[in-house]
Amino acid sequence: MFSDRNKYVLAMFLVGGFIIYTFQLYNSLPVKQIAVSQAADDGKILWQKKNCISCHQIYGLGGYLGPDLTNVYSKKGAVYISAILRGGTNIMPNMDLTDSEIEELLAYLKDVDQSGKADPRTFTINTNGTIHQ
Amino acid sequence: MEPYTNKGKSIIDLYILTALCLLIFGLLWGITGSLQYIFPGLMRDRFSFQKVRPLHVSSVVFWIILAGLGSMLTYLQQHTKRVIYSYRLLLLQYCIFLLTVVSIIISYFLGRFGGREYWEHPPYLALPIFFGWIFLLFNFVKSFGGFKNQPVYVWMWLTGIVFFLFTYLESYLWLLPYFRNNIINDMTVQWKSYGSMVGSWNMLIYGSSIFLMDKITNNKDISYSKIAFVLYFTGLFNLMFNWGHHIYTLPTAPYIKHISYTVSMTELFLIGRIIFNWRNTVSTAKRNFNILSFRFLAAADFWVFLTLLLAVLMSIPGINLYTHGTHITVAHTMGATIGINTFLLLAIVIDVFNDSCIRVEKYKAIIIRGYWIVNISLLVFWLSLIGAGLEKSMWQMSKLQISYSIMMQNLSPYFIAFFISGFFLAIGLFMVVYPLIRIKFVCKLKQTKSSYYVFQSN
Repeated sequence: MFSDRNKYVLAMFLVGGFIIYTFQLYNSLPVKQIAVSQAADDGKILWQKKNCISCHQIYGLGGYLGPDLTNVYSKKGAVYISAILRGGTNIMPNMDLTDSEIEELLAYLKDVDQSGKADPRTFTINTNGTIHQ
Repeated sequence: MEPYTNKGKSIIDLYILTALCLLIFGLLWGITGSLQYIFPGLMRDRFSFQKVRPLHVSSVVFWIILAGLGSMLTYLQQHTKRVIYSYRLLLLQYCIFLLTVVSIIISYFLGRFGGREYWEHPPYLALPIFFGWIFLLFNFVKSFGGFKNQPVYVWMWLTGIVFFLFTYLESYLWLLPYFRNNIINDMTVQWKSYGSMVGSWNMLIYGSSIFLMDKITNNKDISYSKIAFVLYFTGLFNLMFNWGHHIYTLPTAPYIKHISYTVSMTELFLIGRIIFNWRNTVSTAKRNFNILSFRFLAAADFWVFLTLLLAVLMSIPGINLYTHGTHITVAHTMGATIGINTFLLLAIVIDVFNDSCIRVEKYKAIIIRGYWIVNISLLVFWLSLIGAGLEKSMWQMSKLQISYSIMMQNLSPYFIAFFISGFFLAIGLFMVVYPLIRIKFVCKLKQTKSSYYVFQSN
């Protein structure tokens, strides 16, 4: 039987492990801190204020109405993205963005693009079920 | 503390009634959203998907949270046989939550967002929720004399409350530049918190459903048993460490993915147990199927199996590579939120409302019809999402990719199936929820009238 003592010990063990894991993760975040430009940081805030994630994805996470935009900067280029941001599309509303806001979003998408590749075709599946890029 | 009476029950009922109204509200926006998949650009300028999606998601998230709290608070009193420590605090907490939910909905209508998954509202609206939750934790702990020799559901409730608070706070770390200024770090911490947060509200709901099961079968041994605690600790272990499957394709630290992959395989134990107990489950279901609440518990059992199977498959990185970013992920979410959470909560709400002046049994016929409509349409809904996901998966892995818009057009038969089944799903849920709301309103009206007559005669 699980006595109360055993339950507390097991719970403490798990909670302790979780706390250590969490703070280990916070202290050594996966990517070394790189100072992003102010424009990219402003672009990220704007991306969130316009709730772009409801339709678009970054690394496959987000909404499904529009395409994944992780690597759109290198695939389509700044001019194409600016045109879409300026006028919208048949599905995407015109957000009435100013020129500086468009620049900020471009800086953010450039920053995201440089962080890695989201295309699943660039991965290889290992025999133990794990994947690598 | 006072012995348990019906005093203050109306405050807890408010939690559940508000939750039921939010479920209906969320369903309406869900139908609107699915229409926008069939007719891209529909209401583009007034109500684009950018507004419709958060209205749907937040309403449903608050349905789950408020109904989960209402159920837990009701059963907490029945378990301790004493009233909640402070009804005033409970009422204050309810007022805070209600005002915040209304503010969040208004902010979406006005187009003001915070732009994060689940919590798409401006970040300052998170503060009242956080403080309301602190009040809840205080009230919960004070309502117990001690935590010695408690059944598994008390452990689950406490875990749910504490971990929600922690993960909710964690999900707002992005406000600090240290966490925000790199997209990989930001997404890693974001999905760490979200993965555990879902696990924490599941703990609240599963705890209450175990209490209900004890009540129906009139057998408390199970919730004190060794196997109940083994399952609880397996769930807790997964809540804490099995969140990495959300970010397998993110270029983050490999150890995060390896831990998650390994931990997720412990869920095979849960699947094995369901299969092993299948015959027993079916015979219990046959015995109790006439009880309305039990029907929903039985349906949730079926969806636990399907959702868990899909979850384990998606936790294998090699398979996740195909399913990630496709509608298969949505199928998994819908299976969990409707098939498991909503069915369990409806089972509990039916039980909780059964002691009203009108018994839920009076509406048994319409609720049973709604039950079957919901179950059949949910299966079609789920399969149409899997179908759309498989097609999108083939597209994203193909060498010669057609354009995104053409691929989306090719998915339209699935979207039509998804809309029709979603529409019937909403109708079915309305047939279950409407009598429950009506019962409470009629009883409140009767109570007000009788108080008025007493007042007049005096």
